[in-house]
Amino acid sequence: MFIIGERINGMFKDIAQAIREQDPGPVQEWARKQDAAGARYLDINTGPAARDPLKAMRWLVEVTQEASSLPLTLDSTNYEVIEAGLEVCKRPAMINSVPAEWPKMERVFNLARKYSAAVIGLAMNERGIPKDAESRVALCLELVATADSFGLSMEDLYLDPLVLPCNVGQDHGPEVLLTLRQVKLLASPAPRTVVGLSNVSQGTRNRALIDRTFAVMAIANGLDAAIADAGNEELVEAIATARILMNIDIYCDSYVDVYRKQK
Amino acid sequence: MPFTPSMEKYRSKVKEVVLGATREQGGTRAFTVTVGGETSLPFLHFEGQIAHRPVIGLEVWDVAPADWPACLVPYFEDVFHDPAAWARKGVAEYGVDLIVLQLRGADPDLNDASPEECAGVVRKVLAAVGCPLVVLGCGKAEKDNLIMPAVAEAAAGENLLLGVAEQDNYKSLTAACMVHKHSIIAQSPVDINICKQLNILITEMNLPADRIIIDPTTAALGYGLEYGYSIMERARFGALQGDTMLAMPMIGDIGAEVWRTREAIAPRSEFPSWGDQIDRGILWEATTAAALLQAGIDILVMRHPQAIKLVRQNIDDLMVKSSHAGQANL
Repeated sequence: MFIIGERINGMFKDIAQAIREQDPGPVQEWARKQDAAGARYLDINTGPAARDPLKAMRWLVEVTQEASSLPLTLDSTNYEVIEAGLEVCKRPAMINSVPAEWPKMERVFNLARKYSAAVIGLAMNERGIPKDAESRVALCLELVATADSFGLSMEDLYLDPLVLPCNVGQDHGPEVLLTLRQVKLLASPAPRTVVGLSNVSQGTRNRALIDRTFAVMAIANGLDAAIADAGNEELVEAIATARILMNIDIYCDSYVDVYRKQK
Repeated sequence: MPFTPSMEKYRSKVKEVVLGATREQGGTRAFTVTVGGETSLPFLHFEGQIAHRPVIGLEVWDVAPADWPACLVPYFEDVFHDPAAWARKGVAEYGVDLIVLQLRGADPDLNDASPEECAGVVRKVLAAVGCPLVVLGCGKAEKDNLIMPAVAEAAAGENLLLGVAEQDNYKSLTAACMVHKHSIIAQSPVDINICKQLNILITEMNLPADRIIIDPTTAALGYGLEYGYSIMERARFGALQGDTMLAMPMIGDIGAEVWRTREAIAPRSEFPSWGDQIDRGILWEATTAAALLQAGIDILVMRHPQAIKLVRQNIDDLMVKSSHAGQANL
């Protein structure tokens, strides 16, 4: 599993201010930090406050690319904003995200085709997030079939079963893990999987512990990527170790360092 | 009916390693040899690039070998006492791509040759041939740590491939390669974890990863070949899947392993049902090499000229791409 570094987000005060003042400093500092800590993509989100979100997205993409060569994940519910970012991405990006809904899927998969981008598909639709694994998998199947009909390869489709905070939706935990296992059987080659890791610990008092425990459990169930803070060292160490125990990476004494450096 | 082979998409490739340096590059070689660069498993041309063909290096000693089987003698007896002539003959008559000079004479129990004497032999062999050179010590770590820095210095800029670095003895050789611009053989004892760790240790000393060749240690057919094969296969899978610390080309010492097996050297009189020893020995070396080619080996170190000829033919055949470029009609 790899980390999509999550810190470049207008929800954070320093980034919101940087966008307002067009100051690349904080954005580039976070980009460098996440890159050095082992992230393999960087998530870019203008946040809700940006006055001109198209301009803000373009600017964030450009200044981030000056500081890191990592590919980007463009995070918005406004597809005009995502396209504005895709236009200036130097490397094939990832679109974050699309639910199993028309006409949103059509818009997003067309964008993916036009810009050779990968797509994060959410296991939800107009009716919200399902309670059980079965309904989640049904929505994932819709995403798989639609992605395939638009010519997207399964290696470029990241299915997100949608994690809920464990203090609110405790019953969702095992359903998410079951979904991760089952969606791998939907196509060959199998589609990829992703979660927004910090959702699981939202509002709890042991956030870091819950995040890394869930990450390890999810890896054991087939998780390929997580949107998370790569600067969280214990999380990165736990992920590197889970990859060894799952026989994904070949063991050597310095395996944690190797994982951090691997792009 | 049209047949479309299923293809793997790998996200990474084996590093390319250049052996030797021409005059413009600071050495004296007539040409360089590049190994590695594969983007798929061995010889799957329909799936990826087999950027460079595997190469064959001839084993040349600095002293006349006392224990080589008689069937090798007719090919080398005129040059056994002259490594430069031996190397020249290997290139001119047996068509090898590289010379693998082994400084056996440095062994304290043999001639105990001095670092200066060893450096002198290397210089002579460099002057005799235009191909890149691999230079190995005598195999005794303490002595090798004395002779290899001298060899590295005497051949500074030639980009020799120097061996061998091991997990508990890699610093001196790595430093010599760094300072005098050579490449290194990282040898591990049939152990993928140590193989990877050693590459990390060497790169942490700042020798670039594209100057490392992996020797995962191989054995002859019938003597654990399959262990070496599995390690090579695993390392290659790792390399293609993005494990940069296993993404180096691989070398194997085939001749030395094969020519001490009973199957290669026992006379027909001892095992009448095994057939003629000369043909059997040649086939034993060629078959061992052919198997390792399928595991992804990039540099084959060999002894018998007839085995070398067979393996070269095998490599020629394996490097031919399918005319259907990924689509065959059945």
